[in-house]
Amino acid sequence: MAGHQSYEDQKKLVIYGLKLLGAITIVEVFFALFAKGHIIPSVTFGKDGGFGQYIYMLAMVGASLYKAYFIVFFFMHMAHEVRGLVLSVLLPTTLLIWAIIAFFQEGSRWGASREHIKQKNEEVVQPAPAGQPQGYILPVINKG
Amino acid sequence: MADSSVAHAHETHGHESDQHLWDGGKEPMKASYGKLMMWYFLVSDAFTFAGFLIAYGALRFSSPTWPEADFVFASFPFVKAHWPLVFVTFMTFVLIASSVTMVRAVQEGHRENRRGVVFWMFCTILGGATFLGSQAYEWTTLIKYENVSVTRNPFGRYIADGELVDVSGKPVMENGAPLTVKKDDSYLLHGHEHNGEVELEKKYIKYTSGPYAGQTHEVAQGPRAFGALFFFITGFHGFHVFSGVLFLTIIMINAMSGLYAARKNGYEMVEKIGLYWHFVDLVWVFVFLVFYLL
Repeated sequence: MAGHQSYEDQKKLVIYGLKLLGAITIVEVFFALFAKGHIIPSVTFGKDGGFGQYIYMLAMVGASLYKAYFIVFFFMHMAHEVRGLVLSVLLPTTLLIWAIIAFFQEGSRWGASREHIKQKNEEVVQPAPAGQPQGYILPVINKG
Repeated sequence: MADSSVAHAHETHGHESDQHLWDGGKEPMKASYGKLMMWYFLVSDAFTFAGFLIAYGALRFSSPTWPEADFVFASFPFVKAHWPLVFVTFMTFVLIASSVTMVRAVQEGHRENRRGVVFWMFCTILGGATFLGSQAYEWTTLIKYENVSVTRNPFGRYIADGELVDVSGKPVMENGAPLTVKKDDSYLLHGHEHNGEVELEKKYIKYTSGPYAGQTHEVAQGPRAFGALFFFITGFHGFHVFSGVLFLTIIMINAMSGLYAARKNGYEMVEKIGLYWHFVDLVWVFVFLVFYLL
């Protein structure tokens, strides 16, 4: 509950939140356009699939998580709730960490399998030379 | 002797306070029942959205290419220009601003200031409606002019370098030179209406690199899941905004009528719908991240 601050402090927090969230969003969008070559055409580390793209993505996720933290803790007053309430809301969401790891791994596997099947379908199979036995050759069991 | 009497007193006291808990009227987490349940509803809703966004991630990881956000989302109302991400940044600001006005409404509620509550809630409703209108514009552009649907996605990226050719294999010329494209360049297959059905233009590419070097292929649609994911996830979020606007309106009218002033609980209803409204903003932070920034 917001009974912990004076009315003036509360109003200040609101203006601060507006500025903060707006500034982070502007920086995010500017950085996205920069990293994808819209500001300097030769700079494309945000989309070329290399190491730079991981850094870019991590920075974006970090900024978004900070915005989320600010909204939950100050706009939704989570900072002023009792510990039990905070934990009962936040702890379950940590399950999502595993969901993200597992499903992204799964997604990459779908892609890899699909690619594998495509390659196999396009493979040119050489016909067996004439006169050679075809099909499975059963092992000769030595009864000697 | 002293010890046992203390223990006895403790026990009695404990028993009494337990009895008091069973009688009700105590808030175990110092939050009212309604507020607590709003929090837990939001937790469950967060899992729903997380499920959707993780599905987006999994499908994106499974595709060899994915449409580029700054190519797809680049239109702006009344301007015939390619302004990547500008309009959606505007939408984000609108939602942030409406969240801020919502905080003000809750604060005025704590001070039992009826006029303040109504004024700031009205601002919040305006913000929500503006956001919905913006989303309607964005959807219209995608559906009507760019022919994206839940099963069709004309946005894609080339999987290798090549040059564009026509159906007979002759190079497509641009400014006197063959039109070449590079790996990861974005394309949009323009569509036209034919017998009431949308038909996408046919483009052909002769690859000069990659596994298909030397072969001519039709330029295919982009990953089809893209359209379905976009419309379902932004639609689900938009529906949250829409129902939020409805509830905000109802609660604003109730506040105006003096209903909450009579309850003398610091306009708790405004606080509860405030939680919901901030959550909608929170979800947008992540929708914005995965659809437009990454």
